[in-house]
Amino acid sequence: MLTAILLGFIFSVFLVFTGKIFRGKPAILAAIIPLSLFVYFSSFINRVASGEVIHESFEWVPSFGVNLGFTLDGLSLLFALMITGIGFLVFVYTSSYLKGHEYLDRFYGYLSMFMAAMLGLVMSDNLISLFIFWELTSISSFFLIGFNNSNAASRRSAITALAITGLGGLSLLAGALILGSVGSTYSIAELISSRDEIVANPNYVLIAIFFFGAAFTKSAQFPFHFWLPGAMKAPTPVSTYLHSATMVKAGVYLLMRFTPVLGSTEFWNSTLIIVGAITMVYAAVHTLFRRDLKGILAYSTISALGILVFLIGQGTEGTLLAAALFIAVHALYKATLFLVTGIIDHQTYSRDVTILRGLRKVMLPVAIAGFLAAISSAGIPPTLGFLGKELTYESTIAVIGIPLLWIILIVVTKILLLYAGFVAGITPFMGALPEKFSETKMPSFLLWVPPLLLAVGGLVFGIFPGLIEPVIKPVVTAMGENAGDAHLQLWHGFNTVLWLSIITIITGTVLFFVLKPSERLGLKAERVEFLSPQSIMERLWRMFYLTSSGWTNFFQNGYLRNYISTIMVFMIGLTGYSLYNTATFSLDLSTLSLITGYEMAIVGMMFFAVLYTVFTKSRLAAVASMGVVGLAICLLFVFYSAPDLAMTQFSIDTLTVILFVLVLYRLPRYLQLSDYKTRIKDGVLALSFGSIITILILEVLATPVDSEISRYYADNSYVLAHGKNVVNVILVDFRGSDTFMEISVLAIAAIGVFALLKLRLKETDQR
Amino acid sequence: MKTIILKTASSYLLPVLLLFSVFILLRGHYLPGGGFVGGLIASIAFVLHAFSNGLSNTKTLLKFHPGFLMPLGLGLAFISGMAPLLFDLPFMTGLWYPDSFPVLGSIGSALFFDIGVYLVVIGVTLTIIFTIADTI
Repeated sequence: MLTAILLGFIFSVFLVFTGKIFRGKPAILAAIIPLSLFVYFSSFINRVASGEVIHESFEWVPSFGVNLGFTLDGLSLLFALMITGIGFLVFVYTSSYLKGHEYLDRFYGYLSMFMAAMLGLVMSDNLISLFIFWELTSISSFFLIGFNNSNAASRRSAITALAITGLGGLSLLAGALILGSVGSTYSIAELISSRDEIVANPNYVLIAIFFFGAAFTKSAQFPFHFWLPGAMKAPTPVSTYLHSATMVKAGVYLLMRFTPVLGSTEFWNSTLIIVGAITMVYAAVHTLFRRDLKGILAYSTISALGILVFLIGQGTEGTLLAAALFIAVHALYKATLFLVTGIIDHQTYSRDVTILRGLRKVMLPVAIAGFLAAISSAGIPPTLGFLGKELTYESTIAVIGIPLLWIILIVVTKILLLYAGFVAGITPFMGALPEKFSETKMPSFLLWVPPLLLAVGGLVFGIFPGLIEPVIKPVVTAMGENAGDAHLQLWHGFNTVLWLSIITIITGTVLFFVLKPSERLGLKAERVEFLSPQSIMERLWRMFYLTSSGWTNFFQNGYLRNYISTIMVFMIGLTGYSLYNTATFSLDLSTLSLITGYEMAIVGMMFFAVLYTVFTKSRLAAVASMGVVGLAICLLFVFYSAPDLAMTQFSIDTLTVILFVLVLYRLPRYLQLSDYKTRIKDGVLALSFGSIITILILEVLATPVDSEISRYYADNSYVLAHGKNVVNVILVDFRGSDTFMEISVLAIAAIGVFALLKLRLKETDQR
Repeated sequence: MKTIILKTASSYLLPVLLLFSVFILLRGHYLPGGGFVGGLIASIAFVLHAFSNGLSNTKTLLKFHPGFLMPLGLGLAFISGMAPLLFDLPFMTGLWYPDSFPVLGSIGSALFFDIGVYLVVIGVTLTIIFTIADTI
């Protein structure tokens, strides 16, 4: 299981070395990975349907309770099948969509990284690893959205998406940490058993708010929805995969996963219902004003996500089942519509629904796929969409004491979504083919087969719902409700639900024939644009930029001396304040050891060297006398029997002096630039900094040291690490990880110096 | 600073100092020394050579950019930390060859870790100093 989840990561690392192969014809080979994962996960369907839950756990950071624990139950299986199944089709599609693209291998790398992160996310049983995978999906989607990185709009929407979903990620981390400390475990399975304590805890509302923050940002709920339409700048396979089928559903997944832990309270349910309702209606209305096919699909996706949140908010068996089914339904038809849009875009270079017409004449299979997806999205029998819609209506009505308003809202949303689905899936193919598109060619079969498969899937599952039932029903079980003997079926008999369905279909179809998308509608919408969350966010954004640039200009003004004085003043203030509060100033002269003659000599030497550094008129002399100070300190180390330190200090000092000489060698002659006042100011600053540090060191010396640790090292260095030199043994053995980090930091610093100096040189050369 | 004496001396000093740095590196486990100091001494040897013979001469002497020592050293240190995993021990557990060798003493993964540190330190110092000397 671990291998299956991490396979995507392994493949994307592997691409770094073998990427060139995947740029040409063999690109399609990359699709083997999602396909084999899909087959692997399919093999679990029967076991999961019979109620089995498969656990697997690997120790990671056991001391913090952070483990790589994975669970495969109904909920994660549904998502895993969607991720790998649609992933496979998207991989195939991409091989033709981005054929011959310079960075196709990179694209596959990001895509498979995303797939692995998503799989990890839906199967994690540990809150912390869940958070890590969650953030990985945000990061890989950032790369994917900004894939056309030479396009400024593309970069901007990638950053917006990352900012919003990243914010949600932090919220998830906060929620996970509090939840972990309240339930005293990070394992989700164990948290479920302590649900009552968690809900009764005073921090419950806070936890729920943090989880909502994460789910709403990821699943584009109002008012965080605006990153999703922006993210449509990404290549279409990305929109299909991330923005309709998988990533945006991660928020919904989170809500479903934590329903048994945090759900079924007044606060949880009503928040979800209200936010979901606002989102579904708001976004559905927005689809009326779009002309760009992808824009329409983006808003209808947001609306669908709103419906899902709304359904989870009701929290009954029926609505949860409806939500589970709707996830599958939506993934099937929306992915199809996106892929179809991608084909249209690829072949005609246009996504404007007001000019696209009659394309069925040149690409019939695509038209069939679009049509099937449109009727599934409309909920016309016998598609799976119909089942989904029926179940949604039925379960909503069945909720006890539900206000009529909610039912009206969901019907209105469905009507508008039907309209949007028809516009996206049918309009481009209807009517006569305009002159402009008469040259349009039939796309490669790699492009049209994936959407057709998905669309046919929607139809087949609709006619034979028994096929998809074993995947859908365990989802409800996983959420702690009993799906019981509910069966998915096409025909429910004549009842209110059927009437609502008929109303929906008729109204929506009429609307489709009456209302044509046009420029005029779009302009109307723009008039109220300044009130939308996006423009409010952008205003805040600009303010943030202004504040931060003001701040930066004040502190980062390019003068090294100002940086150092700022740091020193801050340090003096902070340390001085805390010393003033805590330190007891007393000096007992009798406890001091005797000062020997050579110590006096060294201190005297240091004293004169410092004075000389300050007052000399030559840079070289200043550097040399600084070196003298350093070497004098080395001598002190030697006297107090720290030969290791002394050796290191000797070498470092030598190198520092050499470095200074190298830098100073090319500088102009020494000039007296600072005036009298500045020098006094600097002097005062330096003296107070020095005295603060002195007091600090004396304080440290006065604090009794825990000699246990040093005794442990002294006793064990030979026994455990075969070394007699304790200092070195600590460095390479007892605290080897520290050393490893330190040398890594050193290497990074060296690369930094190299890059800064060499790259700057290149730029000036160009000029 | 191209004086004859320094120039002559430095070409003899370079191998001696390098040998000394290896000596310091190897004795680290028992007596003062170790990879860090050893690396610094080796860098000083090269810097001294560069001072007296010119940077370009030292670079030709080195044959490759000192920066490549950094990944090499990091890799060696990392592998020596990973090696215990082969024996089902936690990351960075010290592995020791049971018998002790003449001159070197016990040999274990810690020694290779130290050699990694040594290489990284040479790589880092020389990269920084050579880059600065080159560009300013």
